[in-house]
Amino acid sequence: MIKKTLSLWKESLRMSLANIWSSKMRSFLTVLGIVIGVTAIIALVTIMQSATSKVTQQFTAMGTGRLVVNASGTALKTGLTLDDLETIKSIQNVEGVSPSVSTTATVKSDNDWVKDVTIDGYNEMYFKRNAKLVDRGRELSSLDVDSKNRVALIDVTAQKQLFYGKDPIGQKVYIRGNEFMVIGVLSEADSSDVLAQAQDSTTDGGRIIVPYSTLMTLTGVRNISSLSVYVTDTAYTKQVEADLESVLKAAFNYKDNSYRIINMESLVSTMDTMLSMMTMLLVGIASIALLVGGIGIMNMMLVTVSERTTEIGLRKALGAEPGQIQLQFLIESIILSISGGIIGVIFGLTLSYIFSIIASLGFAISGSAIALGVGFSAAVGIVFGWAPARKASTLNPIDALRSV
Amino acid sequence: MQNDFFHMTGIVKQYQMGVELQTVLRGIDLTVNEGEFLSVLGPSGSGKSTLMNIIGCLDTPTEGEYILRGRNIGKLDAKQLARIRNQEIGFVFQSFQLLPRLDALRNVELPLIYGGLGEKQRMARAEEMLVRVGLQDKLHNRPNQLSGGQQQRVAIARALATNPSILLADEPTGALDQTTGRQVMKLFEEINREGRTIIMITHDLSIAQHARRIVRILDGVLLEGEEHNDQEDA
Repeated sequence: MIKKTLSLWKESLRMSLANIWSSKMRSFLTVLGIVIGVTAIIALVTIMQSATSKVTQQFTAMGTGRLVVNASGTALKTGLTLDDLETIKSIQNVEGVSPSVSTTATVKSDNDWVKDVTIDGYNEMYFKRNAKLVDRGRELSSLDVDSKNRVALIDVTAQKQLFYGKDPIGQKVYIRGNEFMVIGVLSEADSSDVLAQAQDSTTDGGRIIVPYSTLMTLTGVRNISSLSVYVTDTAYTKQVEADLESVLKAAFNYKDNSYRIINMESLVSTMDTMLSMMTMLLVGIASIALLVGGIGIMNMMLVTVSERTTEIGLRKALGAEPGQIQLQFLIESIILSISGGIIGVIFGLTLSYIFSIIASLGFAISGSAIALGVGFSAAVGIVFGWAPARKASTLNPIDALRSV
Repeated sequence: MQNDFFHMTGIVKQYQMGVELQTVLRGIDLTVNEGEFLSVLGPSGSGKSTLMNIIGCLDTPTEGEYILRGRNIGKLDAKQLARIRNQEIGFVFQSFQLLPRLDALRNVELPLIYGGLGEKQRMARAEEMLVRVGLQDKLHNRPNQLSGGQQQRVAIARALATNPSILLADEPTGALDQTTGRQVMKLFEEINREGRTIIMITHDLSIAQHARRIVRILDGVLLEGEEHNDQEDA
């Protein structure tokens, strides 16, 4: 029984391929709709997936397990005091707090001077959580922060302008007339921190990082309006966020709009949902092409059935059961639609590969996209091949043979 | 006495033609013995094609009983009829009805696929049949590379492939010239001598005369007693 079924499938496959091959042009035009539909779906899914993964990657790089706080404060109290910081630090499951103080200044070296350099004040936590921040030299230590040491890390832009052709480490820079010692050079790839970039709005002059405590003294700023809170484990993010909320509320006397907490994780997941919804919408639109392709296949199969009425009659006379005839025509329509699907997958992947190069996105062949394309096209073959195959199977063998 | 091999009693076939009910066969009684070579002779419109369809289990009678190898054909469903056609009937058509995309071997293989044989056995059997009809050199020729007579031989090989009880031929020489037609009839006689039952439907008396027994059909009625012994029967 199994053997019989198997040889029937094999025979049906062989006949179908022969039939499709004998009318190549017509078959090609028939599957074109499927090709276009699947191409569109594969390209869209692949491109959207790589775009999503790039965005997610960027946001993750900024740190999950991190809450960014913007505390502009109220008219009476701008920003958080150092005491507030201590309270935040003592929240359960908080690993550390990294305040951020920023200003711009004209910076001098012994050789040169540069206007509009961004001066950022951070603590050791900032370096702890942002790996590969320092290219050469050392990071800020807690000692630097506590003793308000006048040490600085400079970025490549600042280095080029201040110490062209020289090793800057150990050299002196002057910020607002105060002498700082250069202890490190920041790596160029500090761009992972999109949010920091946006906040700092780094100017052309470059960027210098100093201990925040030193910078506060230097600028006379008493309070901190921007900080990152690091959570020991991402599992506690929600709890820490809630606790942080109550601390901040108390700190600002329950005034509205005095602070804002940005949770990186929820940002990422919101983004994810948005992008996947957009993908679904686009795939839905592309599916219309697939539907049209399916109708094309149905049309061709109906034509094929009436063209081969005699053949069907003969097969029935030779002992083909209705189910066997139906199977043969169903296989033919599935082969048509799947081959369209495979061509579509190839086109779609090529298209998204080209796009990934142009848009400098990552390119990954997505197994689910391929399965989607081939699965969709097979489904189209079954759905739209069913009626013609059924028609063939119910043909009366006498009428079929008589139509010679 | 009831004949279990092939026995028809009171076969009536009616068709609905628009509003009119047309009776094509009006009570056919026919008994065929195993090993017979029978011709059904009749002009067009006599109902002989309808009779052939019923004999070949392509169609079922409106009334009457048709017993083939002990089975009542009128009581079978489409699937069972397909099985009977595959196992018991070998069809030979006027226009050969070969599939143009397949070579001779694949054409002969066709009924064996529906019979459920493995591929090796199918090919061996198909080749054996083509050798039997004298086409051992043409195994891989397609129908359009064969003459009419050769095509009909392929069709006969195909009809014999499943080793059926009855070879059922519908005007088998209708599309052939006289010489080729005679050769095909000679082949039929040989096959019959080997013990195969043949029922041949034709309008041509000279062709019908190759059979050992002739029945005439006219207006859906069989004219009995038209027994015929031709000269080759000696």
